[in-house]
Amino acid sequence: MPLDLVLNVVVSGVLTGLVYGLMALGLSVIFGVVRVVNFAHGEMMTIAMYAATVLFAALGLDPFVAMLPIAAAFFVFGYVLQAGLINPFITRPEHSQFMLLVAVAIVMVNAMLMIFGPDARNVQVSYQLESFEVGKLLIDKARVYAAGAAVLASASLFAFFRFTLTGKAIRACADNYLGAKVVGLDVKRLYALTFGVGAACVAVAGCAMVLLVEVTPSLGPAYTLLAFVIVIVGGLGSMGGALLGGVLIGVSEALAGLFIAPSAKSMFSFGLLILVLLLRPQGLLGKRS
Amino acid sequence: MKRRQFNKALAAAGATAAVSPFGILHAQAQKLRVGVLLPRSGYLGFIGQSCQKGADLAPEVIKGILGVDIELMNADTESSVDTARTRAERLIQEGAHVLVGAFDSGQSAAIAQVAEQRGVPYIVNIAAAPQITEQGYKFVFRNFQTAVDIVRNGLALIGELLQATNSVPRSAVFMHVNDTFGQAMAKGIGAFMPRLTQLPFKIIDTITYDPAAKDLTVELSKAKSTDADFLLLVCRLNDAILLRREMVKQRWNPMGIVSPGSPGMYEEQYFKTLGRLSEYSISNVPWYNPNAPLTKTVEKAFLKRNPREKLVFHGLNVGFTFEAILAAADAFGRAKSTEPKTLADAIRQTHITSKMTLGGPIKFNEKGQVEGIGSACVQNLDLIPKVVLPANAAEAKPVFPAPYYKKA
Repeated sequence: MPLDLVLNVVVSGVLTGLVYGLMALGLSVIFGVVRVVNFAHGEMMTIAMYAATVLFAALGLDPFVAMLPIAAAFFVFGYVLQAGLINPFITRPEHSQFMLLVAVAIVMVNAMLMIFGPDARNVQVSYQLESFEVGKLLIDKARVYAAGAAVLASASLFAFFRFTLTGKAIRACADNYLGAKVVGLDVKRLYALTFGVGAACVAVAGCAMVLLVEVTPSLGPAYTLLAFVIVIVGGLGSMGGALLGGVLIGVSEALAGLFIAPSAKSMFSFGLLILVLLLRPQGLLGKRS
Repeated sequence: MKRRQFNKALAAAGATAAVSPFGILHAQAQKLRVGVLLPRSGYLGFIGQSCQKGADLAPEVIKGILGVDIELMNADTESSVDTARTRAERLIQEGAHVLVGAFDSGQSAAIAQVAEQRGVPYIVNIAAAPQITEQGYKFVFRNFQTAVDIVRNGLALIGELLQATNSVPRSAVFMHVNDTFGQAMAKGIGAFMPRLTQLPFKIIDTITYDPAAKDLTVELSKAKSTDADFLLLVCRLNDAILLRREMVKQRWNPMGIVSPGSPGMYEEQYFKTLGRLSEYSISNVPWYNPNAPLTKTVEKAFLKRNPREKLVFHGLNVGFTFEAILAAADAFGRAKSTEPKTLADAIRQTHITSKMTLGGPIKFNEKGQVEGIGSACVQNLDLIPKVVLPANAAEAKPVFPAPYYKKA
C-alpha cells in the first residue's frame, strides 16, 4: 500500500474527526454540567445544517460566515429549551429525561420533513472542489477549513470555561451542585447558559459539516449515535476526551475503509467502542465516578 | 325495508365478506386499482420521483389507448426494504388489484414476497436482481432486464465503445454499491468478464461501498491508488455525484467513467448538481426509443404535466414505469376482471408490440420475465444524455477517453 495513500486517508480522517469532535463536545459539555443526556443532539446539528443551506441559498452566505448568526440563534434556542423545558426535569428520574429529549428529537425530525421535504440539500461554495497540494498529499480545502473552525471553536470553549467568571461558575456547578447553591450561584440560569453553549457548539459543527455531507432530515439519529460513541470513547463529560474521541473515530473509520472494506467502516467505530467499554469504561480521558 | 328483507340483505353482505378476502370485491370492479410503490424519499428519492412521473401520466394515456380506467394508489417506500413490505401489505388491504414498482431490487424482492403470499399480481417496473423472477412465483412479473442481461449487454457495449473510439484501456477499477442490485451486478461481471476475451482490459481491483454513504473519500483514494485506466461503476444517484466530485478533489483523471448498467449518471439531478462535471460519463443501460409512436404520445402527456422538464432525463424511469402499468391495464382490458388469478393469467398472456422502450415485445416467459429488452450506450454530452451506440440508433459519436475535467 503506497505511503502517500495511507497519509492522505489519515489526514482526511483527522480533519473529519475534528468536526465530529466539536459536535460531540456540545453533548459532553451539556452532560458534564447539567447531567442530562441530549438525545436530540444530532437533530439539532441537522437543523443547523439546514439553516446554513437556507442562508446560502437566500443570501449567498458562506457557511463559515453563517456560523456566527446560526451559533447565536442556537445559543438562544438552547437557553430557552433548557430554561423552559428541561430544567423542570432535572430532578426527575432519568427515564423521564430520556423520553422528553427523544420526543424533542422526533418533533425536530418531523418538523424538518414538513419544512424542507425528504430530499438532500447542500451548499456549493467556490472552493468545494479544490484541494491543497502538500508534497504528495492532496488535502480537501473544505475539510481543512471545517477542521480549522472546529479547532477554533473548541479552543474558545476551553478558554471560556477556564478564564471567564461565568465559565468558572458553570464548572463549580458541575463539580458540586449543592456547594454552588450554598454560595449563591443561580444554578438553573447557569444550566440554561450551558445548554446554550452546547447548542452553539453543535451549530458551528453543523455549519462545518454541511461542506462535507449533504443534509437530509433523517441524518439526525445517525449523528446522535455517532456523538454518543465519540463521548463514550473519549469520556462522558470530558471536553478533551470528546475531541480525542472524534479524531480516533474519524481515523479508525478511514483506516478500516482503506485496509479492510469501505462498506465495513462504521463497524470499526463500534468495535472501538466495545473495546473502550471493556478496558476503560470511563472513557479514554474520563474520570472514574 | 321489512325485517325479513333486512335479514336477507345482511346475510348476503356477510357471505360476500366471508368469501372475499379483506373485504375486497375484485371481480365486479369497473376500474383497475394500481398500487404504485416507489422510493420517493430517502437516498433513492430523486429516482423514485422520476419514476412517479411515468405512473402519474399513465391513467390518462392508457385511457386514450385502451379505454381502460385506472386508479393509482401511490405509496412511498422511503428507500427502505421494510417500509416497502409494509406499504405493499397496506395497499393490498386497501384494495389494490395489482402492484407496480419499486425501482430497487431489495425493495422489489420484499414486495414480490408479499404479493405472492397474498396472491395479488405484481409487475416490477425497474429492478434487476435475477432472483426476483427465479423463485417460481406465480404472481410476480418483470418488464426489465435482469442483472445478468444488463451486464451481458453492458459489457458488449463497452467492447463496441472501445472499437468505435479506437481506445485500448488495459485496466479498470470496479466500484459498486453494496446492496442487492450492486451485488447481483458484481456477480454478473465476475461471471462474464473471464469469458469476454475480446475486451482488452482487466479488472485490477473491486471496491464496494454503502449506497447511503455520505462520504466516499477513502473509497475514491483507494480506487485512484490502483492507477487504473478507467472506472467501471455500478452506482445509484447520490453516490455517483459524491464520487464524481471526489474525483475532481483528488485530481484523478482516468480515461472515463463507464457504468455497465446502473442508474445515476443519466439522471437529471446528476446534471443539475454537477453541471459541466457531468459531461462524458457513460451508462450502458436499457433505454427508451425516442422515435417510437408510443414515446411521442407519452412525451406529450409528460410535457403537459411537467412543462419545464425534458423527457430525456426521465426516459428510462418513465418508460419502464409506464409500461408496467400499461401491461397491467392491457391484461385487465382482456380479462375484464380484477380477480387476482384471472388477472395474473391475463398478464401471462400479454403481447404488446407497440412500446416505448428498446427491444422486443412485452411478453412474459414462464417465469414472469420479459426477454429481449434492448440496451444503449448513453453518454452525457452537451448536458443531456445522448445515445452514442449502437450506431443505428446513435444521436452523437462517443467520446472516449474523456477530456481532462477542467476542459469539460
